[in-house]
This record gives sequence, C-alpha cells and structure tokens, in this order.
Amino acid sequence: MRFIVCVKQVPDTTEVKIDPETNTLIREGVPSILNPFDQFVLEEAIRLKGEDDEILVVSMGPPQAKKALLKCLALGADKAILLTDRAFAGADTWATSYTLTQCIKKIGEYSIIFCGLQAIDGDTAQVGPEIAAQLGIPQITYVESIEKLEGKRLTAKVQTDDGYKIVEARLPLLITGITPSSFEPTNPPMMSIMKANKKPFSTWDAEELGGEKDDYGLNGSLTEVIKVYSPPARQQGVVIDEETPEAAVQKLIDLLSKDKVI
Amino acid sequence: MINVDTEKCTGCGLCEKPCPFGAITIVDKIAIIGDECTLCGACVDQCNVGAITIQRKKVEDIDLSQYQDVWIVAEIKDNKVRKVSFELLGKAKELALELDQKTCVLLIGDNAKQFTQDFSNRGAQKIYIAEHEALKDYHTQTYSSVVTGIISKYTPNIVLYPATINGRDLAPRVAGTLGLGLTADCTDLSIRDGLLLQTRPAFGGNIMADIICPATRPQMATVRPNVMEVASIQDNGNAEIIEVPVKVDLQSLKIKTKDIISGASSECGIPVCEADTIVSGGRGVGSKENFKLIEDLARVLNAAVGASRAAVELGWIPKSQQVGQSGSTVSPKIYIACGISGTIQHLVGMKSSDIIIAINKDPEASIFSVANYGIVGDLCEIVPLLTKALKKKLSEN
Repeated sequence: MRFIVCVKQVPDTTEVKIDPETNTLIREGVPSILNPFDQFVLEEAIRLKGEDDEILVVSMGPPQAKKALLKCLALGADKAILLTDRAFAGADTWATSYTLTQCIKKIGEYSIIFCGLQAIDGDTAQVGPEIAAQLGIPQITYVESIEKLEGKRLTAKVQTDDGYKIVEARLPLLITGITPSSFEPTNPPMMSIMKANKKPFSTWDAEELGGEKDDYGLNGSLTEVIKVYSPPARQQGVVIDEETPEAAVQKLIDLLSKDKVI
Repeated sequence: MINVDTEKCTGCGLCEKPCPFGAITIVDKIAIIGDECTLCGACVDQCNVGAITIQRKKVEDIDLSQYQDVWIVAEIKDNKVRKVSFELLGKAKELALELDQKTCVLLIGDNAKQFTQDFSNRGAQKIYIAEHEALKDYHTQTYSSVVTGIISKYTPNIVLYPATINGRDLAPRVAGTLGLGLTADCTDLSIRDGLLLQTRPAFGGNIMADIICPATRPQMATVRPNVMEVASIQDNGNAEIIEVPVKVDLQSLKIKTKDIISGASSECGIPVCEADTIVSGGRGVGSKENFKLIEDLARVLNAAVGASRAAVELGWIPKSQQVGQSGSTVSPKIYIACGISGTIQHLVGMKSSDIIIAINKDPEASIFSVANYGIVGDLCEIVPLLTKALKKKLSEN
C-alpha cells in the first residue's frame, strides 16, 4: 500500500511576538518548521506502515521547504516530492488543494492520503477535504486514532463536538487529524537525518503537473486577501493582589459589577 | 505576481517588518522579495510610496446577477438546533438587509421541519428543508451531496456555515466539489462594494485578514461560534417554506458510522466550543479531586468546564475539554482561567474571549498578559470563595 502524506512548511507561529509599541508582528528570528499537525499525522502513517508499504510525502512551497520534507524523510517517510514554482505562490486553499490534487493524480496509486488537521499559520483545515472532494474519495476529518487497518478496511475513532464516533471505511480515502494533546513535535535522531539525504527526492514544477499555469497560485485562487493587519491590542487588565483571598474575591466581584460583566 | 518598482522604492524598509513570512530584505536600498512570499499583501499597505504592487488576474465579466440571497446552513444535533445556527441567522439578516436580498435557512435532518417556526420567528424569510430519515446524523457524503445539489439549483449569493467540527468538514467538501472560494473561521462579516468582506484571524491570532471572493458564487464562509449576536425573536414570522425532495442511498455510503458516543464530556456540562462562559483549569489545580472546585464554579455560571493541555495529560479531565492549539479554539463571553500559566498554545485558543479572568499563584504568569481581571493567589482558596460570592450575586440579580 502507498500512503501519501501532504505537509507544509510554516513559520513557527508560537515563536511570533508582537511589538507592543507598533502592535505589529516581530518576524525576526521566527524559524520555519514542519507544520506540527502534519508531523503528528505522518507519525501515525509511519506506525501503520507494514513491510511492503511506502510513505510518500508531498509539499507545495518555496525551494526552502525542502528542509521540512527532509525532516519527514528522517522521521521515516520513504520518498518526497517538492512542488515548487513561482507560479504556485499566493495560493489560497482552493489553489493549494488543486495543486496537490494534480500531484496525487500524477502519482497515481494510493490507499490513504493523510493531511494534518490544519496548518498553524492559516488554521483553515480546508485543504484536506478540498483534495478529497477533487479526487472524489471519502474523507474522515478530526480522526482521533486509527483503531484498525486490515486489508482495505479501516476503523477510526473520530472526534465530535461533544464526544466521539467510531466509523468504518473502505480504502482509498483521505484522513485528517490525529492530534495528540501534547503539542511538542520531536526531532529525529542525527543518524536518521543523515540517512534522509540519501532517500529519493523529486522536485516538480507547474509544467510537470500539467494543466494551465493560470490554475495555480494567485491566479488560480478563488479568494483574495485584500488587507492584513494586527488585531487590536488587548487592553491592559487589572491585577488584584490583596492580603486575603476574601478581599481579592470581593474586589473582583465589585469590579465585575461595576463593569457590568455580571 | 508581486513587483517592486525600483524607481519608486526608497529602501526605507517599512515593508520588511510587517511581512508575516520574512520574505522581504533590503539590498542596496531596494526591497527584494524572496521565495517565501505568499502574496498576502501585508507589505503593499505599508509602502508609503506605492512601490509594491500585486498583479492579479482580472475578474472576467461574468454575470453574477442570478446569484441572490444570503443563506445559512443550520446545524441540528440530537434533535435540537445548535445556538450557532441562530448566531449565523443574526449575521445573515444584517448582510441580506444591506444587499436588499432575502435571508434564507437550509435545514437538514430526519425531522427538520419542526424547527421552521424557530427560524421564521427570528426573521428567516425562506426556509429550505431537506428531510430524510437517513439524514438524522451528520455524514460527510449525505450532507455534502444535499448541500451541493440545493445550492446548485437555487444559486444563493452567500452561504454561511458554522465553524463547528461538522461545519468545517462539510463546507470545504462542498467548496472542493463545486470549485468555490471558501474562507474559514470568520470572526466578522460585512458587505463592501457588494461583496462579502470576510474577516478572520490567522497566524495563531496574531494577524487579521480581510478576504473577498470576487468571481465564484456563492461566496462561502465558516463562522466561529459565539462571535455573532443571536437573531432576536420577533413576532410570528411567516417564512416561505420550500421542501426539497432528497434521495439518500445508504448502500452507497463509503463510510459507515458504527457507534456515536455523545456526551463523553457530559460531566463537564456544555461542550466548550459553544459555551458562553468557560471555567478552565490547568496544572495549578493540583489534582483530579480539586477539579471539583472548577466544576462547582462552572455550575453556578452555567458554564462549560475547560482545561489546559497539562490538566488533560494528567488525566484530570477528558481531551474533548481541552482549549488551545491542539484542542478547541473558543471565544466565549467570559473565560475564567484557574491555575493556567498561559503557554502560547493555550493563549491562541482563548485570547479572543470577550472577558478573561485569570487566577494564578504566580504574578509573572503569561495568562495575566491577556486577562482583563487577574487575581494573584491560591486557586484552592479563591475559587470556592468566588463560587459562593457569584452564587449570592447572581441570585440577587
């Protein structure tokens, strides 16, 4: 079986700070990393992988995104394809999913496509379902864990808004989710990083994927970002530091009533 | 394509900082745009001399006039309309009024008709009903084929979905099938030049983006729960009811639901994503037994019980209640954080709450940086006192 894992290189948004004077992003020193959600789903694919199975990781991004793919190879993926072309820049979720779909169609055969729940820079969670729709295969989003994989049958535990459900499906399909409660992606050991450089790595551009150039990137996007700005800074709050807990609680209640919160 | 007019560019560097992707560097007094550029446009607004431009494909003259009305896809769960549906309706009414179009609701379920009056009384003008016993529970395949079919036939101008787990599964499936633009998790919507202006946070809530969808219809967005005002109940509404016949072939379903375990979080009351008020506990709560203090406070406030990652990992509370990057993103009216230090991953999930109250022993805890009210102290002492005081206060009101 072949598993395809779609990944993205993202700025580490947890490292982003806001300049308190200008209320703008301080971008300096923010590293680019493999989207943690994608790493989690890749690790699940690696756990599921049998002896004859293959894990192929795919990413659309600038040439620098090779680093994220190398990390995937070091973690245990077998092959990587980087989709890179100036024509891909500025893609919204539709154009991104179109590009990845073109790539998956070119790859041909697959059993499961894995996507992280969402990317930490965009947080949209749209690319996975949009790929599944374009390929015409079923999707299971918000998967908590894969309970069983036997032949072409898969059983998954899926998160719902107030609990979970158990679903059974036939391959091929697309899965998103598998997010652990801890949000600390691990780094592969040095030995694996060195081996990763020897694994098969291809780079494809728009021509390789076929179709019209205008279907990709900014031109292929259906939505358009017209403005990007900082959210209003939160007002400095009141810190209550009283001698006794009773006094502190009383002060909070007084403030809440005064401000008409309660 | 992004272009820097080298004649105009003064190399002032104003564009460098706001770039969320660090793609701009100044070389020999000219801004150079690197491969990391995603064409987001953050730099264009910053440039004082208009040196940076982004060329976009011209929207061809397509006739969009047949696309009329503002729709919402309501969410029904366990035979109840979820509150977020009425929040969407409130916003849809506003948008429809501005556009001079109709406010419409799409109800999908096994017994959906019974809810028509609820929506009619809140100002819906047309209600489309897709009723079938096989539509009792949400299923990607059945629901998305119903929605794609109905919106292809009735050609709405705008369709809003709740940004719940189901809505975030359904909307991109529909968008992907029909080739439509879609904006996720909007926190504000308005009309500008006849187009739907969609505002959403990105970058872990550190930036906001205004997004439009110029050329495809319907314009579609998912909308965060608890952000919009609920549509108020007016007099007896008399919305036009349109029953849409649907066929569902259960045999053709490629994914079969074997079991649904809802209320896994029942001891925690309301699900965190739709609660008006959330009382959350973190590592500072100290033990599973102490979490009772959090639950007691939540009960008095009719609030959901939330948790930080630490409390979930320690097994004090189910994962469904986790707030933060690997749990739910919430924006309640009131968020009370007890014994939560405020890691960036937690803050991302709750900092858009209207009012944040933090209780923590450590005066340096980062949670205080986003709190409107902070109490420095031991939560085991503070929380029971607060529960008592609020109970008294609320019974007086």
